[in-house]
Amino acid sequence: MDYTVNDQTINADEEGYITDISTWSIDLAGTIAETENIDMGDDHWEVVNFLRDYYEEYQIAPAVRVLTKAVKKSLGPEKGNSKYLYELFPYGPAKQACKIAGLPKPTGCV
Amino acid sequence: MDDYTLPELREPVEIPEINTGAMAHSQPFVAAPKHQLALGFPGELVDDWHDKAIAKFGELLESQRALKVYMDACVKCGACADKCHYFLGTGDPKNMPVARQDLMRKIYRRYFTWAGKWFPWLVGAKDLTRDVLDEWYSYFHQCSQCRRCSVYCPYGIDTAEFSMAAREIMDHVGMGQKYCNEIIGKVHDIGNNLGLPEKALGATLEDLEEDLEDDTGVAVRLPLDEKGADILLITPSADFFAEPHVDGLMGYAKVFHQAGVSWTLSSQASEAANFAMFIGSHDQMGKIAERIKDAAMELGVKRIIVGECGHAWRVAYNFWDTLVGPFDFLDPAYPIPQHICEFTFDLIQKGELTFDKSANDHMTLTFHDSCNVSRASRMGDIPGGQFKIPREIIKACCNNYVDMATDTIHENTFCCGGGGGLLTDDLIELRAKGASPRMGAYEQVVKHHGVTHLAAICAICKTQFSKVMPMYGFAMDDIVGVHQLVNNALILDGLGE
Repeated sequence: MDYTVNDQTINADEEGYITDISTWSIDLAGTIAETENIDMGDDHWEVVNFLRDYYEEYQIAPAVRVLTKAVKKSLGPEKGNSKYLYELFPYGPAKQACKIAGLPKPTGCV
Repeated sequence: MDDYTLPELREPVEIPEINTGAMAHSQPFVAAPKHQLALGFPGELVDDWHDKAIAKFGELLESQRALKVYMDACVKCGACADKCHYFLGTGDPKNMPVARQDLMRKIYRRYFTWAGKWFPWLVGAKDLTRDVLDEWYSYFHQCSQCRRCSVYCPYGIDTAEFSMAAREIMDHVGMGQKYCNEIIGKVHDIGNNLGLPEKALGATLEDLEEDLEDDTGVAVRLPLDEKGADILLITPSADFFAEPHVDGLMGYAKVFHQAGVSWTLSSQASEAANFAMFIGSHDQMGKIAERIKDAAMELGVKRIIVGECGHAWRVAYNFWDTLVGPFDFLDPAYPIPQHICEFTFDLIQKGELTFDKSANDHMTLTFHDSCNVSRASRMGDIPGGQFKIPREIIKACCNNYVDMATDTIHENTFCCGGGGGLLTDDLIELRAKGASPRMGAYEQVVKHHGVTHLAAICAICKTQFSKVMPMYGFAMDDIVGVHQLVNNALILDGLGE
């Protein structure tokens, strides 16, 4: 399930997670979001950028709890809960937001 | 929702109309070559897969006496036919346990019995063709190895043993399942199913310690790699990552704090789960278990306690000793291994834990018995302890508790629909439909007894329910962990320390 962005083909696995994180771009994120039926607003980008920063430091996506805390800090207490994150990313902030952020899918019993 | 319809919820469950081939399209992603090779399996389907599969089948029949007996013992009485949640949820007759077994039994008869070799048409013996292999891949990934059918079988035939053996054979011919095999690779490379590196684990635990102190005013610790601690806690890595699992982890930490014991987590063994059981690989199961033993020895602990994970408890309780024992370096005064529920229940009985039950008054609970705890292991020193102990913990910290219908709990429990290596998005239709018997029983206690939440002690159950409960009109956070309830209600000493 590859993506085409600016005439370039970006490889992705069966579920749409890109296979090489260095091929990520802002345009690609927009394309992935489109296939996920998500209209990227400022709050979506806030989450995606946080995920990418966290990944750069820790080589994994943050726990949902860590993410909600960060969102609370930057977007305010009324948005710092998993309900709001699921409104942004209905298929789950961990999995769907990771896909758009170009990060590998969290695996295991999650 | 994709293009499928969920079954209507009914309790007691009704036998669905037969819908031949209803789930023939269901199959998980095949493992990529790198995930296969990392576990010592061929990267892709080998040319001589037929001969290799029969040879492996023969090996398993030699080495696993139960499998051989199960192949011969079935008398087609039909007692199992309506006991599988996947049959009840899909109506596909190949999801009747006897039919699932027969996918393998017909091959057994053809290649390993005298009658099947000479008169295959008389005894239902069939050649192993590519179509059969594909059917195996589909339907042996529609069994969550929950063993409910074995409870009702007069001979005790366990379909889980068939699906484990079939997956082991398929792995050996290069047709493994992506979800399980990728995860097992991560356990070897990084230490856990999630792929959570040591640095991230440390940061997560520090973050949780901060939260605990903010919430309670008490410095409750979540120690990592502390040599000389008395207890090593191994727990599913979902406890570090997912909701509601993480609240349970904080519950364990509070119980240890209150007990005044020294304990630690391990970055080397930062995972209790052992997915090798799901793929029937004794070799991999031993390797995964070994690293827990190594970590325990290296840290010099006296006890190992297992967190809320269903199949991890089965592997620890039933298989550790055979696979990687003896555990004679641990203190024999305590159970080896010990379940976190046993530990907490023991303290409750001694009167060492005080709860503010009103902290859970906004909920009325019921308990979902997880398959591997209920039917494949036990807890405590009395028969049925695995049913009693978690319920007693819930009742100690909650005022409102109601059981679901008796034919859906204890050893008769219905699988959550996501066990046995099927908790993956590519099987979501199967998971959603397979959850319907449990959801039907839950709906009854919601309607008639005002139940609001479902409690469980398994990471797979928690994730599965948070995914499928919204499909049946419940909220995703209606699933809670038992130690999450403990976390809510336990009163801590040492305020302001």
